[in-house]
Amino acid sequence: MKHILSLLLSVTCLMTIAQETLDGTILTKEGTQDLPLPGASIYWLGTQEGTTSDEEGKFNLPLQKSIDQLIISYIGFKTDTVQIQNKKKIIHFLIPSEAETLDEVTLTQRRKAIQKSYLEAQNIVNVNSAELLKAACCNLSESFETNPSIDVNFSDALTGTKQIKMLGLTSPYLLITEENIPMVRGASQAYGLTFTPGTWIESIQITKGTGSVANGFESIAGQINTEIKKPFSDLPLFINLFTSANGRQEVNLQGNKKLNDKWSTGLFLHANQRNQAMDQNGDAFLDVPLADQVNFLNRWQYTNPNKGLVSFGSFRWMKDRKQIGAVGYNPSLDRNSNSIWGSEIKTNRIDASLKVGYVFPEITYQSFGFQSAYSRHDQEAYYGPRVYEIDHESFYANLLFNSIIRNTKNKFKAGLNVTFDRYLETVDQFFFNRTDRSFGGFFEYSFDNLENFSLVGGLRADIHNNLGTFFTPRVHLRYLPNPKTILRASVGNGRKAANIFAENQTLFGTNRVISIVENGGSIYGLNPEKAWNYGVSIRQLFNLGSGSGDITADYYITNFIDQVVADWEQKHQISFYNLEGPSRANSFQLSLDYSLSKALSFRFAYKNYDVKTTYNSGFLQRPLQAQNIFFANVGWETERKSNGAQWRWDLTYHSIGAQRLVATSRDDKGSYSPSYGLWNSQLTRALKTNFEIYSGMENFGNYRQLNPIIGAENPFGADFDTSQVYAPIFGRMIYAGLRWNL
Amino acid sequence: MKKLIIILMITLPLGVKGQEKLNKNTKASFEVSGNCEMCKKRIEKAALSVKGVKMANWDIPTNIISVIHNPEKAPIQTVHEAIATVGHDTSLSKADSEVYDKLPMCCLYDRDKIE
Repeated sequence: MKHILSLLLSVTCLMTIAQETLDGTILTKEGTQDLPLPGASIYWLGTQEGTTSDEEGKFNLPLQKSIDQLIISYIGFKTDTVQIQNKKKIIHFLIPSEAETLDEVTLTQRRKAIQKSYLEAQNIVNVNSAELLKAACCNLSESFETNPSIDVNFSDALTGTKQIKMLGLTSPYLLITEENIPMVRGASQAYGLTFTPGTWIESIQITKGTGSVANGFESIAGQINTEIKKPFSDLPLFINLFTSANGRQEVNLQGNKKLNDKWSTGLFLHANQRNQAMDQNGDAFLDVPLADQVNFLNRWQYTNPNKGLVSFGSFRWMKDRKQIGAVGYNPSLDRNSNSIWGSEIKTNRIDASLKVGYVFPEITYQSFGFQSAYSRHDQEAYYGPRVYEIDHESFYANLLFNSIIRNTKNKFKAGLNVTFDRYLETVDQFFFNRTDRSFGGFFEYSFDNLENFSLVGGLRADIHNNLGTFFTPRVHLRYLPNPKTILRASVGNGRKAANIFAENQTLFGTNRVISIVENGGSIYGLNPEKAWNYGVSIRQLFNLGSGSGDITADYYITNFIDQVVADWEQKHQISFYNLEGPSRANSFQLSLDYSLSKALSFRFAYKNYDVKTTYNSGFLQRPLQAQNIFFANVGWETERKSNGAQWRWDLTYHSIGAQRLVATSRDDKGSYSPSYGLWNSQLTRALKTNFEIYSGMENFGNYRQLNPIIGAENPFGADFDTSQVYAPIFGRMIYAGLRWNL
Repeated sequence: MKKLIIILMITLPLGVKGQEKLNKNTKASFEVSGNCEMCKKRIEKAALSVKGVKMANWDIPTNIISVIHNPEKAPIQTVHEAIATVGHDTSLSKADSEVYDKLPMCCLYDRDKIE
């Protein structure tokens, strides 16, 4: 229960991180070597404030005002009491205890890189920075390839952008937040995930099914929250360099400084570019865009544990440019040409946010939180003769109060929020303007019997100028029939305004005629989308041989009451209309995680999707959605030497089943894509604790879709279509990089 | 909507009021004998079963419980007794041997012989 609060509610989460802290390392001597002791318990004497040491024996613990004695204990070692006087850093050696020595038994438990929730009522998967390192590269959209809960698709044949799906639904139906502030929405829907560099990310929380009402009414299939590194606890200096054989180079520079005991600040710089033209399949179109991006973030953190105050201020500026289309296209000469097809997508974005959290010092279960954020996303783009420009200005504010009813078994959250969004769009020769304003309040109650049952029930009410006045109820249950079996169930609804162009931006890479079948609704003449989501999940923990693991099965149903259907079924046309008939996304996932030992772990998953929508032409499976997906991952790592040296290796396999294709000049009506397999692998060599090099190969089976662009020979003809992509366009790709920190 | 605002208006002032009258949220900590995660659940559950105990957190390595309670409704002695009733000795109250004997194996903490 505590975890759920800290995961979902950044303010409480910040509280625990943001205090003056003591850093330390727990070691033991074996012969002449100093070995780190992972999993040792470190507690302040007479308190519940404590932690355990990590794989390197390191720990970090908030300093206490009045207590200066630290208890350090570990099974098989003598428990020590250590005096800490105004120290910020300690190194402590534990001595094996004769009486308690357990012959040849090591009880270290490695913290898993992917942690499935145990205590929370919601089905949350936490992905920490160790798991994020397994991803080849380089930004948030590419951080999910070793995670079976999320499917990564290829959005189109031009930009190489990866699109994520959960429960068979694309990102507009997921609420994507950054430190609990909605981030990838509206204008940033198409490329927003590529605007967060991977090295900035501290952890990711993936909630399957309906989320918490505290974060708004928009999440339908699930929620993905990203925590960015905090200036107070992050490394003073970090450098990452990356280069790949498809011509991509990246630089990350990150620095953090503690100015005094209350203020700290962080400066994050990212730049990437790709300036080599690549055309492996010989269709005269670039396989991957020529691109460059500059991304800058400055964060300020204020912490005052005595007063129970913590605050974050952030400012971010990003500039991204992509050039796609024909090889040899020169934007300054060939713009408006009708013989050579080219495209540019330029994005400027600024973000600013302020958060304040206050914990009542005497009653730590009670707190206030305030969050506010402003963003402006300005995209100018043309795709051959077509134009798509969007300017999206957004403001968000949220006030939150946490407390208990009677005792900490019964907690509640109550809050208010306001959202403002202004959209200005240019679609070919048409203009669309829209302003969304909403005001809402919510109440969420959670109960935990401290044994085997917990419940979270929330209700929110919103007044929205385009969606109307409505209630959003959500309920989550968790029950443990025995300590190794976890049952969960959830039900809830969500709704959203469909930003049809921003969400389907790939349509501009086609010569399809756009048709909107208006029905008097408030958003492009269409009604908002509304859906119910139901889910059940069972998780069984087990021990087998020397290892342990778990089997998880879950089944989720999303039923659309109303939906804006993007209909690609007609040749040379794309239509948008409100749903008339059923639409559903049913998903089943069976996964097995098993760690044979500290060194070797396995992860397998099978997923089945049944995503059907009523189109004008009938009740059909959603196109470009594989119904069967199989996933496997093997991870291996050596024990870290005392100087930090280590090898890490991992191998991932995806088998993607057949996907329905819409009728085009390439594919016949009713045809399916072939099923195929994708292999990725990465090897990391840590030379020291603070220096590592890595190299890997993506798609080393070299599977490619050979004719991704339909009508490539005549890009100005009616058949031209770059949106029908079911497999990678780029084959085998080798990359390498290094990470160094102070 | 209105309902929510009303709920907020009711709960917000209460929270602040609770903060002013410190005696309603008195912090206390004392030793409770026990060993493991199972003990922790049992001890905390017992403490929270006393009306007026708002928060309870028992720490495994130090065997110290921290509670926030309203001393008018829940005198600290009552909290000690509630924990002893489920089989765990506290610094003020001893558990019945019969209850202690029925604890699961891992919870049988070292105990000075009584009588």
